[in-house]
Amino acid sequence: MDEVIELATDVLVAGGGAAGMFAAIAAARNGARAILIDKNVVGRGGASIMAQMTCAAALGETDADDPQLHLADTLAAGRGLCNESLAALLCEGAPQRIRELAGWKVNWARADNGRINQVLAPGHSRRRCVYVDYLSTGAAICAALRNKVSRNPDIRRLSNVSLTDVVTREGEAIGAVGVDVGSASPVIIKASAVVLAMGGMTKLFKRTTSPNNLAGEGVGIALRAGARLIDLEFLQFYPNGHLAPRMVGLDPTTWEPTRVKLGGRLLNGNGEEFLHEYGEAEGEGYSTTRDTLTYAIYKEVESGRGSPHGGVYLSFQHIPESALRAALGPVIEIFKRNNIDLTRQPVEVLPIAHYQMGGVEVDTDMASCVPGLYAAGELAGGANGANRLSGNALPEALVFGERAGERAARFAAGRRAPSRDMAAARPHVELIRAVRGQNQRHGPSPAAIMSEAKDLMWQKVGPFRTAHALTEAHDRLCSMRERELPAAAVSPERVHNASLVEWFELRNGLFAAEALALGSLFRRESRGAHQRVDFPETSAACERSQRLSLADGKLVSSFAGLQA
Amino acid sequence: MSASDALASPLKSARLKIWRGTSREAGRYEEFDVAFEDGDSVLDGLVRIRMQQQPDLAIRFSCFNANVCKECTMLIDGEVQYACIAKLHPGLIQLDPVPNLPVMRDLVTDSLSHKERL
Repeated sequence: MDEVIELATDVLVAGGGAAGMFAAIAAARNGARAILIDKNVVGRGGASIMAQMTCAAALGETDADDPQLHLADTLAAGRGLCNESLAALLCEGAPQRIRELAGWKVNWARADNGRINQVLAPGHSRRRCVYVDYLSTGAAICAALRNKVSRNPDIRRLSNVSLTDVVTREGEAIGAVGVDVGSASPVIIKASAVVLAMGGMTKLFKRTTSPNNLAGEGVGIALRAGARLIDLEFLQFYPNGHLAPRMVGLDPTTWEPTRVKLGGRLLNGNGEEFLHEYGEAEGEGYSTTRDTLTYAIYKEVESGRGSPHGGVYLSFQHIPESALRAALGPVIEIFKRNNIDLTRQPVEVLPIAHYQMGGVEVDTDMASCVPGLYAAGELAGGANGANRLSGNALPEALVFGERAGERAARFAAGRRAPSRDMAAARPHVELIRAVRGQNQRHGPSPAAIMSEAKDLMWQKVGPFRTAHALTEAHDRLCSMRERELPAAAVSPERVHNASLVEWFELRNGLFAAEALALGSLFRRESRGAHQRVDFPETSAACERSQRLSLADGKLVSSFAGLQA
Repeated sequence: MSASDALASPLKSARLKIWRGTSREAGRYEEFDVAFEDGDSVLDGLVRIRMQQQPDLAIRFSCFNANVCKECTMLIDGEVQYACIAKLHPGLIQLDPVPNLPVMRDLVTDSLSHKERL
């Protein structure tokens, strides 16, 4: 028997991106002690740090603006499915968070007059998006928050701790169990409130803008704990995802901020502009929303007018080198190291998995239906409806993270001291012990199962879906979770046992993937990021949110039985 | 989108000579051949080895080729580099854990401050 590491705190925050760090800061400034854990490194892992440019906030520094205008744009992009209260919270809270970060030394790009510079991003009616040069917005935000977190005596940050389960008793969250990656030891963290800020599930697609740690674990963990999911079927594909030539050292999202700054021409494989065929303006500007752009690119490729690697071309060849240099600075050198010269060649782009609009259903306190369990950031569903506006992910992380931390601290203070009894954690700890060393050298590796899952999701649960492909994906995911996972080989090692961590990543991630396939199957219409080839019309009867929950171990949809 | 899968067709081969073990004293080098296409990073090669040949190989990364998380630092042919931006090339490439930090396993070193870990 190994030693179980036991910790206790008022507020436990899982996920060290912008939402999680802000939640820990807000919990601490509202009187709580907080533990902030991340599977990788707090402030370095997750998606926030990869964000290159746009962060939307109605500051009114460049154009006259108002949070209500930001809200109107957000609701229009959401195609009728935004939770208006959450979207309003996001838009109204964003300016305060941006100014707060300025005070914490985030160096927002400024115009010559000294005002924060705001740029136009697709779907916004005003120049509204702030950024940090060059393509360093997420990195700058994370550095500032990491600095704040590390100087706060009420926050204990623990990197390399991977959450496996939320512990509940009588339907309420009382803490969590995880694995210490370095020692493979089980960790029990008793907490009066738990905030999940573990991001989305985009790693589960072969082509993705995701870092290595967004495998949907928060979705799986929340489901098991009794939380409801909302509109999980809406998963944004990033239209200008990098496809070719091979490029490393830059996030594959590079082309959208480049287009926001410079424009750029989208051309099909024959070198012709095509956006006008889909009701959009063509030319150098960039105003088409992400769902429409994804649709147009897929249709060109499907019609045999794709580029050599199966996407379309994005060309900046009409832009003078001096303008490229002014907008991109040192990024030009990174292109050069990858043999990309934008003055001489187009690049190939393709929509790739980017952002989970749906997620854990929360109210405006960021509280799930499980008392004591909160969600924030990408993992929290509802604010973005069927399609997220460019630039809304970072303010969502900041505003919802802050709100979740503050409300969790209040909840923790008001809760009668939880008893010392963590008996409910025992089965979760036993599972970690049982899995460590299971089927050594006989079964498939968790890494190989993940590879198959990523191929499967990419091929069958992409932006264009059919009942046939979704059913195949769903059934295969079920059998991977129920058959392959118990048979997977896990190393018995204690020091940095990656296969143990990957096994739990799969356990929760495959569950999330299954929920996405099921939700997509039940939404028999096309709307925003969810396009059904077999139900191409948007249905008035479906203009409402779908909820998924676990009942007697089975996923249940609120849309079951609903006809399109 | 079957055309995009054409990208996966490997063109060249590199041989990675990798330090394996739980300390600088107790360990050995193991060699792996890995197929790659022009432009692939050392990290791409390591991920491919874990997927296809040696799932126990310990590496650490988060952002995956974006060069922001800085977790994939290692010694590549004797120089401290990020595996996510160092390019694969045909022939032998030697990989060691970064110097001056305790080795946990293989290419993973203990880089966290004491305050930040259990």
